[in-house]
Amino acid sequence: MSYIIDRRLNGKNKSMVNRQRFLRRYRNHIKEAVQDAVNRRSITDMDRGEQISIPTRNTHEPRISHGPGGKQTRVYPGNKQFNPGDELEKPQQGGGGQGNGQASNQGEGEEDFTFAITRDEFLNYLFDDLALPNMVKQTLARTKNFKTRRAGFVSEGTPNNLSVIKSMRNAHARRIGMGAGKRRKLKQLQAELEDAQHSGDPALIQRLEADIADVERRLKTIPFLDDIDLRYRNQVKVPMPTSKAVMFCLMDVSGSMTQDVKDLAKRFYLLLYLFLERNYEQIEIVFIRHHTSAKEVDEQEFFYSRETGGTIVSSALRLMQDIIEARYDENEWNIYAAQASDGDNWDDDSPLCAKLLHEHLLPAVQYFTYIEITPNDHQALWEAYKNVGKAFPAQFAMAQIRGAEDIYPVFRELFAKDQYQEAI
Amino acid sequence: MSQYISTDSDWTFELLQEYDSEIARVATHYGLDTYPNQIEVISAEQMMDAYSSVGMPIGYHHWSYGKQFLATQKSYQRGQMGLAYEIVINSNPCIAYLMEENTLPMQALVIAHACYGHNSFFKNNYLFRTWTDASSIIDYLVFAKNYLRKCEERHGQDEVEALLDACHALQNYGVDRYRRPKPISAAEERMRQQEREEIRQQQLNDLWRTLPTRKQEASTKKQRQFPSEPQENLLYFIEKNAPLLQPWQREVVRIVRKISQYFYPQRQTQVMNEGWATFWHYTLLNHLYDEGKVNDGFMMEFLTSHTSVVYQPGFDSPYFNGINPYALGFNMFQDIRRICEHPTDEDREWFPDIAGKDWLETLHFAMRDFKDESFIQQYLSPHLMREFHLFSIYDDDTADHYKVDAIHNESGFRRLRETLSRQYDLSVREPNIQITHVDIEGDRSITLRHTQQDGMPLSGDTFEVLKHIHLLWGFDVHLESWDGDHMIKRMSCPSISVDL
Repeated sequence: MSYIIDRRLNGKNKSMVNRQRFLRRYRNHIKEAVQDAVNRRSITDMDRGEQISIPTRNTHEPRISHGPGGKQTRVYPGNKQFNPGDELEKPQQGGGGQGNGQASNQGEGEEDFTFAITRDEFLNYLFDDLALPNMVKQTLARTKNFKTRRAGFVSEGTPNNLSVIKSMRNAHARRIGMGAGKRRKLKQLQAELEDAQHSGDPALIQRLEADIADVERRLKTIPFLDDIDLRYRNQVKVPMPTSKAVMFCLMDVSGSMTQDVKDLAKRFYLLLYLFLERNYEQIEIVFIRHHTSAKEVDEQEFFYSRETGGTIVSSALRLMQDIIEARYDENEWNIYAAQASDGDNWDDDSPLCAKLLHEHLLPAVQYFTYIEITPNDHQALWEAYKNVGKAFPAQFAMAQIRGAEDIYPVFRELFAKDQYQEAI
Repeated sequence: MSQYISTDSDWTFELLQEYDSEIARVATHYGLDTYPNQIEVISAEQMMDAYSSVGMPIGYHHWSYGKQFLATQKSYQRGQMGLAYEIVINSNPCIAYLMEENTLPMQALVIAHACYGHNSFFKNNYLFRTWTDASSIIDYLVFAKNYLRKCEERHGQDEVEALLDACHALQNYGVDRYRRPKPISAAEERMRQQEREEIRQQQLNDLWRTLPTRKQEASTKKQRQFPSEPQENLLYFIEKNAPLLQPWQREVVRIVRKISQYFYPQRQTQVMNEGWATFWHYTLLNHLYDEGKVNDGFMMEFLTSHTSVVYQPGFDSPYFNGINPYALGFNMFQDIRRICEHPTDEDREWFPDIAGKDWLETLHFAMRDFKDESFIQQYLSPHLMREFHLFSIYDDDTADHYKVDAIHNESGFRRLRETLSRQYDLSVREPNIQITHVDIEGDRSITLRHTQQDGMPLSGDTFEVLKHIHLLWGFDVHLESWDGDHMIKRMSCPSISVDL
């Protein structure tokens, strides 16, 4: 007796929970791998999964078993030329060991245990490090923004979307339509009745009155409101209107900026980039690095080449201004800028920076963020920027950063603004 | 000829049904006694899920299954590994999974192999009959899953996970090798007591009373020995005796132990089980072919799969990965049939009991009452050893040469058979470890004794396992390795190990 059952429609992700358990257990390894990937990848390339490798010895489950060694006799198939008593040279250590026996299948191999994590998981680990609130994580991880919009009326929907006016209008029309013939008949009968009353035939009057009553009864049975009258407001999801944005990355590359500081700055740019990516269809990135003079460079050079010398911040701001004027019309482009520095600046230059921001840049940009990556006291640039911040609270954010978790506050207003817009 | 069941290679549910009933008919003809079948068609993804939960349809959650899943997924996606055509579960009804990607001949092969081969083995082999209860296993797994979920809610995922890790480390030491005596009822106890009384009465001799009593100070000093006999079921001992475990933790230990016990017969009958199933898919489908129910194309495809399943590469082939249990088992059953039907003089000398006897009866007997070790010991014939070109290598870690110990010739047959049989003996494959002493009046430490065989040391994992035992036991754990009557190594946890 056999039963054949089609189970293909049952869910296929039965192992999902166990997979999550595994990821949870090796959280730290995965985080490290994600860190590495962040440093390795371009900031425009964060939106995919990653291969994770964990040394096998870490994922190994210990069991009691025999180790190599001792005296043993094993049987093998496929003898060609051996005779009893033949001696064979043992292979050198580190080779096949004890001749591909099946005893050593447990984990001695040094190969790493590799597996892939998805884009969502990758971003999750990335954000984890940055101490992002959940709302923001969702905003960033979402593939596309949608807005629900009215789109006419439909005949099926949920009660909360019921359009009373439309439904009543339909019902009214239907009642007129369905009752038209009967009413005509009624009118005709009533006219006949009047004639009959004039002529005074009691049998005819009685029959006509019965007919009239019958027609009236049938008129009454036409329902006031029927299922087919109901109309619901239709809501469709439409992608948010998107447009173009340009992101300026400004960084001080003078001798005092170490690679660690640059890696931290990379996180900072990355976050801004991911945010922009959710909101704009087309994004361009301009990398400007500066010491005493500024230069537009590519990403590789931006993060990984070293310079020495002093620092004049205004050179970078001025270059940014030139580029905006030359290539990015502020009516057409949403301009964002992120500046990272260790706070050093040429003494007389800071007021000039403030002035540049104040008069030229901030009126043109959507948002300007500045982070100062230094454990020390603030310097002149910070003080100058502080006043700028007061004048443009909506467009300007700045913070001092010691570790990755300090980055988020800089963006808080940016994200808050986004939430607010969405809520409207 | 339109009496073919099908001529196409695409399967439909109707065709599966038809093949199943045809195969069932032939299986009954050969006297295969099976549980009812529940054949489930699943997709490749679902097969991967089934893989990573040791083939069980339901199981508690644990990270190690996730690891298994990721590994399977990776090697499947890279094409390093094909998925098995089927998975079959020892339950009543017997659940078999068929993959939807299989062609019709493959599905027929799998039905014959799993639903009639494995199924009848599960139902009739003595180990399965003794140790597993096919009708209750699914219910038990459901219970285990729910119980562990509740434990996680109550005590936290981390704690349950650590406990399961520890139990899994001892999984293979959580089985009973012999039936525990059933606890006797009060009535039985009374009966036995009366019996003893009577015997004592019969043997009563007043003379004994006149003997002077021996002084007994030696025995009063002797420490109370606990456990009174060495215990080899570590998880059972821990479940019953660990001082600090809470009731729910004991239950978890019990769950792991029960599931391990359920798999115990499968670990001991791999060659037989696969051999039996392979023998029957081969025999049943050939029978259908002889009856003219399937066509040549069907048989060609079937034989292609069949031959690749029973292929045995030589030791020096790059594909060599130990002795293929399908190949060995299948050929042994075929060989038994040959010995019964067409015995040679050699067979008559080696197998006087079965040469020329009814093959079907002999085969069923062999399937019912053996496990791999005894099956090989009993039935591996010189003919087959020659076919396989078997030889054995002696490896002494102190010598710098391997030595060829025996080959497939007159003087080597018995040695080869003996050696190969030992290779499948679980008690040789796994280190012999027993609980010998618990210091119940002192520091409550537990002592395990490893009796070394053939100078084989324990693997490097051992200390990690000791940590797990320590977690379960709650007090010091000692592991002593003994070679004969002198101790060669003693490890303690928490502590350091000492080489003596």
